[in-house]
Amino acid sequence: MRGTPLQRLEMRLRHALPIVITLFLILIVSTPMRLPGFASIAPQLPLIAVYYWAIFRPDLLRPWVAFLLGAVADIISGTPLGVSSLVFLAIQAVADSQRRVLGRSFLMAMWGFILIAAGAMAVEWIMSSLVLVTVLPIKALIFQYLMTLTFYPLLAWVFVRAQVALLRRA
Amino acid sequence: MAMMPHSGVPGRLATLRQLAQRFAFVALVLASFMLMLLGKADTLLLERVRLVVQDTAAPVLDVMSRPAAAIARLVDAVSEIARIRADNVRLKEENERLMQWQTVARRLDEENRALHNQLNFIPDPSAHFVTARVVGDTGGAFVDSMLVNAGSHEGIRKGEAVMSGEAMIGRIAEVGMHFSRVLLLTDINSHLPVMLESSHAKAIMAGENTDRPRLNYLSPNAVIQPGDRVVTSGDGGAFPPGLPIGVISSVQDGVAKVEPYVHRYQLEYVAVVDYGLPGVIDTDSSDSSDSDSSSDGDQSQ
Repeated sequence: MRGTPLQRLEMRLRHALPIVITLFLILIVSTPMRLPGFASIAPQLPLIAVYYWAIFRPDLLRPWVAFLLGAVADIISGTPLGVSSLVFLAIQAVADSQRRVLGRSFLMAMWGFILIAAGAMAVEWIMSSLVLVTVLPIKALIFQYLMTLTFYPLLAWVFVRAQVALLRRA
Repeated sequence: MAMMPHSGVPGRLATLRQLAQRFAFVALVLASFMLMLLGKADTLLLERVRLVVQDTAAPVLDVMSRPAAAIARLVDAVSEIARIRADNVRLKEENERLMQWQTVARRLDEENRALHNQLNFIPDPSAHFVTARVVGDTGGAFVDSMLVNAGSHEGIRKGEAVMSGEAMIGRIAEVGMHFSRVLLLTDINSHLPVMLESSHAKAIMAGENTDRPRLNYLSPNAVIQPGDRVVTSGDGGAFPPGLPIGVISSVQDGVAKVEPYVHRYQLEYVAVVDYGLPGVIDTDSSDSSDSDSSSDGDQSQ
């Protein structure tokens, strides 16, 4: 690390961007939208953030941070604790291992997300069902998956802008 | 991250680092499973952490929920203006009818009081309530719960009934300082002793994480048809009998579904009501007793 303390602080703040974005998405999916039927099919936006940063800046969203963010997400949304931690870690591991391929173009990344999000949600469903000792209904989850996919292009675009604006010099 | 420019054996160091990373990852995965087990066991420490995180997040959610609420109100207002004439006609008719009912109710009230006096009847403890705003609508496909911005500081306790207007929508499952979590009646963990208002046939209403909970343990010879009103039965003693919940929406292959009077997206303000009933829900022990207690009530029938 070089530069004056102030520059270092600025750098740190910039580097916190992926974490801040993910945290913001965790909160926003818990906000009441007051739309009929929306709550049960609300997109799981944090998955997109975890996936994106695992490909493009894995150094800024470390596995232990993803673990903690997952725990926070579970606590806020009341879902079984630990499930989101596991799901975030799984997404990171898979995305990180394939990042050379997935990072090549937008379409590759999108294609990767379609597959990885399906796997992630399957894990989520299985683990939640196990913890709650029940078979959770799957229909709403499928809609949730599709909703999440439709939000991917928009969020990915925002993330690219944010990355270019704030992290280019990092 | 720093690249170790002056290491003599970069290859070996890189392998070591990779190993360390892999180890850390495995440790974190194991930690996730640990969390799932601990979360199931409801340890005190975890409960504390949970409350701290939620108490921190609740004010932020409170602020974030305001724009959506404002938009919803605006949409409501516009559609109300469009309906104003029709509503007016309907309300006038309804008012007339209700005036008649009021006369009847006054007379019955008077009569009731007189009879109570004659019988030395012990009245139910009086209810008091706290109004709270819904700040979080959470859980997606897995959980049907809500966060409201009132907690132990405002006098809310675990197990209290949550009402919207006249209808019951859920119960308090977790209480923080300034927020509480409402477990909605549609949640898969919700089991509530109910009865049909007309026939007094009892059942347990079980959530399924869908819009319409189902009735379990309904006696096979109970007469039931769509449109029947469903109210709390008061079994288990956690809630008073007669709180409206919804109407039977369908009966298919012996499975009766309930259409609740209030849907979760409509909720902005809710009343958390303390009926002063001790009930079988132990307010300060483990929370898994919530759902168990109601199923106990069912077995005793």
